Amino acid sequence: MSWIDIGNIEDIPVRGARVLKTRMGCVAVFRTSEAEVFAVDDTCPHKQGPLSEGIVHGKAVTCPLHNWVFSLETGMAQGADEGSIATYPTMVENGRILISADALQSRVAAE
Amino acid sequence: MPKQNLVIIGAGMASGRALEELLALAPDAYNVTLFNAEPRGNYNRIMLSPVLSGEKTYEDIVTHTAEWYEENGVTCRFGEKIASVDRARKVVISETGEEVPYDKLMFGTGSNPFIIPLPGHDLEGVIAYRDLEDTNTMIALGEKPGAKAVVIGGGLLGLEAAAGLALRGVDVTVVHIMGHLMERQLDEAAGYLLRKALVDKGIKVMCSANSKEILGENGRVKALLLDDGTELPCDLLVMAVGIRPNIALAKEAGLMVGRGIHVDDQMITSDEDILAVGECVEHDGAIFGLVAPLYDQAKVLARTLVGEEAKFVQKELSTKLKVTGCDLFSAGDFAEGEGREDIVLRDPARGVYRRLVIEKGKIVGAVMYGDTADSNWFFGLIKDGEDITEMRETLIFGPAYQGGEPLDPMAAVAALPDDAEICGCNGISKGDIVAAIKAGAHDLGAVRATTKASASCGTCTGLVEQVLGVTLGDDFVIPAAQGMCGCTDLSHEDVRRMIKSQELKSQQAVWQACGWKTVNGCHVCRPAVNYYLLADWPLEYQDDPQSRFVNERNHANIQKDGTYSVVPRMWGGITTPDELRAIADAADKYNVPTVKVTGGQRIDLLGVKKEDLPAMWYDLNQAGLVSGHAYSKGLRTVKTCVGKDHCRFGTQDSTGLGIKLEKLLWGSWTPHKVKLGVSGCPRNCAEATCKDVGIICVDSGFEVSVAGAAGMDVKETELLAKVATEEEAIALTTAFIQIYRENAKYLDRGYKWVAKVGLDWVKAQIVEDLKTRAALVERFEISQSIYRKDPWAEQATPDYREKKWNPIADLTLEAAE
Repeated sequence: MSWIDIGNIEDIPVRGARVLKTRMGCVAVFRTSEAEVFAVDDTCPHKQGPLSEGIVHGKAVTCPLHNWVFSLETGMAQGADEGSIATYPTMVENGRILISADALQSRVAAE
Repeated sequence: MPKQNLVIIGAGMASGRALEELLALAPDAYNVTLFNAEPRGNYNRIMLSPVLSGEKTYEDIVTHTAEWYEENGVTCRFGEKIASVDRARKVVISETGEEVPYDKLMFGTGSNPFIIPLPGHDLEGVIAYRDLEDTNTMIALGEKPGAKAVVIGGGLLGLEAAAGLALRGVDVTVVHIMGHLMERQLDEAAGYLLRKALVDKGIKVMCSANSKEILGENGRVKALLLDDGTELPCDLLVMAVGIRPNIALAKEAGLMVGRGIHVDDQMITSDEDILAVGECVEHDGAIFGLVAPLYDQAKVLARTLVGEEAKFVQKELSTKLKVTGCDLFSAGDFAEGEGREDIVLRDPARGVYRRLVIEKGKIVGAVMYGDTADSNWFFGLIKDGEDITEMRETLIFGPAYQGGEPLDPMAAVAALPDDAEICGCNGISKGDIVAAIKAGAHDLGAVRATTKASASCGTCTGLVEQVLGVTLGDDFVIPAAQGMCGCTDLSHEDVRRMIKSQELKSQQAVWQACGWKTVNGCHVCRPAVNYYLLADWPLEYQDDPQSRFVNERNHANIQKDGTYSVVPRMWGGITTPDELRAIADAADKYNVPTVKVTGGQRIDLLGVKKEDLPAMWYDLNQAGLVSGHAYSKGLRTVKTCVGKDHCRFGTQDSTGLGIKLEKLLWGSWTPHKVKLGVSGCPRNCAEATCKDVGIICVDSGFEVSVAGAAGMDVKETELLAKVATEEEAIALTTAFIQIYRENAKYLDRGYKWVAKVGLDWVKAQIVEDLKTRAALVERFEISQSIYRKDPWAEQATPDYREKKWNPIADLTLEAAE
């Protein structure tokens, strides 16, 4: 598996997100209070709300438009809502955030 | 059978309850005549403390209105005192000499406050804490700037008086003769914690202090002198050292009395046609001051009057203190003694203290401070004399730790006996509530209406709901709305209280102290907690952008397509050609598709891309424009009309006032959005009467009204006050916004909040109480020293742009291919 270095974990606020621009649209990169990093599609399947602008709690994010909640681990909508977002493997090494190039690649292929 | 005559002397809580019970049992058995020396009917005396502290008004605590007496055919003789009773002729004789015959006579004469006969006790300004007059005297003192009071007595009553006075802004000192506070209910350690909590509230406490003399000047109290020579200056001296049964009339009538009027188990005195109830009685050597046994007596007395069998039995009693932020509970006997053992739990960090006194495998006493959630369970164990040997090891941790499994709270309520008291304020037992539910009261409101349970101070609401749940089974769903969200069962109000009383100054502290069930909250509670913390501790708390909704984090309104709208502030609706040019230039430069005039007299630039926001703000800042906060739970707009400068009807400089207000209030965060309007005359062109605060300028001054709305609900404002000067109008407005900031639930608009607390309370705080008003204005200014700033200017800097607004990385040109 090959990894792409996209930045330092300190570049993302705790319980916040930044976006990663790709040719197929934005990926939201989240940092939780436990210093875990998750990358998921930035777009809510409901009405395309920008998930990177949502409130991060535990390992979940709430869409800012209509409060759909998604697990950052599985991408599944929580509670009564149905739907999911794609997730991309990430890892943090020496403070650097690495994202799976293969997963991003297959995202391009899938769309 | 002809109706018999029942004469009642005294319209207190016990006699009121007895009358109610009697009417419920046999509405037509008696012609009832009710005498009361006070010129009014029955009110809930134990709720005088919330009246004093401002949480309730007198109207809230009236238990029987004039209409109630009339509907029930009770002849009221309020303000008339009975001078004597002629038992031989079976008549009572009023002070005016009028005679009223009785078949049955009931004494409900209550008790008198005990006044220590210190030299100077008859000076003006020396009062007891007993009735509405005393309460009003204390409330009035709070309106005097710099007022000082001394309370003699560190028992339940004295501390409630002191806490209420302190809340009214009075400088209070409690003087207590014993070594620690509430020594009859608490042990030393709990007394220490209580003292600490009171001192933190700004109340001075002196224990082991002997009063020697009350010093006066021109017939009025001036100071209290202690026997060690200390002089405590005061404008009011409250003596709250205890009560004595009022037995003078009974004694004079020749009834058997001791400390109180002797009654048997049926509440009958030594004269079989005369009964007595309440604080004036002595039963089996005991006299009574708490409400629960009084209500038991009332029930027995009513049954006796209709010839049913009933028997009054004394029970264990528990005590709670009605002082916000001081959670304490005490029951049973906690004195040390042979064969008695203690189990003590201390958690100094949380300020929690629990002590159980065990004798022969049973709990005989319990003292809890700081966390009293389990008090009912312990009280039940004491009352029932349950053997606790089996659970001794984990007993102190409460019911949740028994049997290894957390106890279902419903099971605990299901296990309560019918006579278990649920509502202490109104003396309502579980059995009463179950009976009401079976008679058709199937929700909280209906139970409140029929039994009064949870209708007073409301702390038992959760328990009442559990009784509903147990009784109705699946038909009843406990309202989930009471907790803030799934992360906690605590309500918004509870969390605010915790933040203030425990001085919680970070989100982590709130989650920890309030037992959040999630790691770091959720999108519902975090913005609320963030707001509460910054409102209560503006200087200490660091605002958390990650706990803000996107609009506030990005200082612009997000639209349905993910673009934003930008609204610059136009102070009081006034702008200039230069500003308009800058807005037009920005609209051109950033390809704004829609330019709209808002309802609040400003210009909205809709459809801006997120990445353009900082650059656009920078341009607008250069032209002197700042963020309009059109996105925030904070001050939005101050709408104005043109006022006297141009309008032939305009009075005062209404536009100028609008600008002053907006410049004063802008940037402040509030529980929900806040909008103001200032109109120059009653024609009200600024539509001020449907705003959170509306000011109508008139020739003689300014009418300040509040709690209007023109959103989901449309509601006209209500008049707060009419003031003569612009300064007062500004101070009142500021104080109103600050009191709303400090008290309202997050996301409650001003009108919803005012409906909850009552406009009268708001008036009492900020119209009548100048000291409180000034303090609120001062606290607002302190907060504004941090928050009156332009978020655009802060975020339009290059450094911020880089860190917040740009993507973390851009792979559009490389990699993924």
